[in-house]
Amino acid sequence: MAKLMGKDEMRRALLRLSHQILEKNREIEDLVVIGIHRRGVTLAERISKMMEEIKGKKLPTGTLDITLYRDDLTRIAYQPMVRNTNILFPIDEKKVVLVDDVLYTGRTVRAAIDALLDFGRPKKIELVVLIDRGHRQLPIRADYVGKNIPTSPEEMVEVRVEELDGTDEVLILKRI
Amino acid sequence: MGFKRKDLLGMEDLSKEEILFILKTAESFRAVLERPIRKVPTLRGKTVVNLFFEPSTRTRMSFELAEKRLNADVLNFSTSDSSVIKGETLLDTARNILAMKVDCLVLRHPSPGAPHLLAKKIPVSVINAGDGAHEHPTQALLDLYTIREKKGGVEGLKIAIIGDIAHSRVARSNIWALQKLGAEVRVCAPPTLIPPLVEKMGVRVFYSQEDALKEVDIIMMLRIQKERQNTGLLPSLAEYIELFSLTEERLSLAKPDALIMHPGPVNRGVELPAKLADGKRSLILNQVTNGVAVRMAVLYLLLGKS
Repeated sequence: MAKLMGKDEMRRALLRLSHQILEKNREIEDLVVIGIHRRGVTLAERISKMMEEIKGKKLPTGTLDITLYRDDLTRIAYQPMVRNTNILFPIDEKKVVLVDDVLYTGRTVRAAIDALLDFGRPKKIELVVLIDRGHRQLPIRADYVGKNIPTSPEEMVEVRVEELDGTDEVLILKRI
Repeated sequence: MGFKRKDLLGMEDLSKEEILFILKTAESFRAVLERPIRKVPTLRGKTVVNLFFEPSTRTRMSFELAEKRLNADVLNFSTSDSSVIKGETLLDTARNILAMKVDCLVLRHPSPGAPHLLAKKIPVSVINAGDGAHEHPTQALLDLYTIREKKGGVEGLKIAIIGDIAHSRVARSNIWALQKLGAEVRVCAPPTLIPPLVEKMGVRVFYSQEDALKEVDIIMMLRIQKERQNTGLLPSLAEYIELFSLTEERLSLAKPDALIMHPGPVNRGVELPAKLADGKRSLILNQVTNGVAVRMAVLYLLLGKS
């Protein structure tokens, strides 16, 4: 087990991501933030808050559960808990900032894009991830990356957040 | 926790935790029904057969819609156009359908226990959509969902079920389910429509609606089958209406915020007057909407895995 990020590094990475998003999206009128359950939701809330502090304007922020859009439901022993998707604003013609903790195979993001398109037709979707660990199985890439980390498929990258896990850190673990 | 069952046969053998898990899952599907695109790809490639050996409009439509909203392929089969009239047994019918490679059977059958028999004999999921006067689990689940939605919970509520308790699978499933979630259940009907030993299920029996309604939070009216009055169980429909129809006066005996439910189809003027059925305190159409979400949750929990 190795620690890739601690509390401070994580905060700095998120702040840097927030600035990068705002640099590319100077007009924030049509910007919305959506986090993918579960850690992506927490990170989306933080990024949204940071952007609010920078710009002085609250951005619509929602949560997305991709369970019903997974491509592996026929392969798993029993289904994961379906969590609430909470997007209480229209995403038609909006620029959606989609947030997840780790980008790996790209399958979660594919499911998330499909799910989002069932809510409307955004003008654009941009992907933000805290960690990109490589090994894509689909042609998907992130627009903003907190940290690129070379990994082997035998390893697991775990993002822990204060709200759910009691601490802010990113760990790399051997798969058991 | 996950839901590890192959089948949904009744409320009697479900645990409180399992019931709450289904209801929690249904919340997400209820939200899907409010989206611009009311459909998710979850069960694509799965085939569900609705096998109905009894007439049904709303339950079959609700299941079919739930299946379609989940992107499953749907096959409808009912007795009127089936080979059952040519003498095929239930098990043969089921095996023949299975030979066509399907993933789930939704069964409505006049014989109590029919889905249980099928579930034991065949490897695919079986959902009980009503077996005789025995159980109708998805109706109880949608009733629970509706009560929780409106009252915030079920625990501690007083609930009166009024009408033909003896012949009602809706009553039976609800009695099990409501009590598991901590409600106090009362049943009320003329003595001929109260099944013997129903007290053993833990409910209080009332023969007067005035007594049954005192201080209740929810009133569940059951459909009176008009055919019943030819069997000698009811002296006359007029007498039943006189004594057991819900009136505004009787409703005033319940809690001021008491709500009215009915599994449908409603006999207007028999179980309750149109004014109450269409009134602010009626949850009848909420029940119908929630039925689709609850059935989506059940289908997902049974089929959304290998």
